[in-house]
Amino acid sequence: MVQTAEPLTLPSSAAIDALVRERVDELVSKRLEQVLAEREAQKKTKTKKIAIIATKGTLDWAYPPLILATTAASLGWEAGIFFTFYGLKILKKNRNLEIGTTGNPAMPMPVPMPQLLTALPGMTPIATRMMKRQFKDHGVASIDELIDLCLELGVKLQPCGMTMDVFGFSEGEFIDGIEPVCGATHFLEWASDADVSLFV
Amino acid sequence: MIEAPMATQTLDAKGLLCPLPIVKLARAIKQLSPQEILLLEATDPGSVPDVAAWSKTTGNLVLHQDRVGKVMRFWIQKS
Repeated sequence: MVQTAEPLTLPSSAAIDALVRERVDELVSKRLEQVLAEREAQKKTKTKKIAIIATKGTLDWAYPPLILATTAASLGWEAGIFFTFYGLKILKKNRNLEIGTTGNPAMPMPVPMPQLLTALPGMTPIATRMMKRQFKDHGVASIDELIDLCLELGVKLQPCGMTMDVFGFSEGEFIDGIEPVCGATHFLEWASDADVSLFV
Repeated sequence: MIEAPMATQTLDAKGLLCPLPIVKLARAIKQLSPQEILLLEATDPGSVPDVAAWSKTTGNLVLHQDRVGKVMRFWIQKS
């Protein structure tokens, strides 16, 4: 018996297009899911990082960067602070940080006081003593303790070279254990993959 | 009532404020062996959410927690 060959009919180009599209869509979405899952897993395993810029050198403003950095380090994050402008004073051995009451109407005072009186001579040392005692009484760490904790926990304390030069500080005036004097470029490069970045 | 687990070590962070309780907790956990349990006692008002966040980030499990007066107690197992 002779089998008659059926005429070979090619699918129309529209049909081919539809098949190709369907297959490509399927493959692409599968691959995309894979890539996203890999990226998510990578994010989970990557050590988190916080980069802080400390620009203020009063007793009150020295706290936030040091508190955040030590907390982050306690969470297992990589942490670093770039000390620039007045913030650089925090890294000095003889730092003697003070707090002024002038221009800070939010500061709680033992007695209500007009802003003008806060500018009287002797007010800054009084306010400084008051704040130190208040913090100590409430169980807040001192700046010295926080700096020691930063060093113990491996927080990178980076001093700004430009500020050092402008303010006439020398490297010998800084505490031991800090990073080498650096500039904005070095800090930004280090901070570029940070998960949290803060300007204080 | 769930029984509090037995802790191998107690960390007294009463009267300390942020960031000291967490910093001391992290330091104390480092000294323990895996599966060992630390009892943390704290009075910092932010302790409950802070310890929860620390636990979530570091993977050390809070097995049990309670409050006696102003003191919050956390039983934490090293991962």
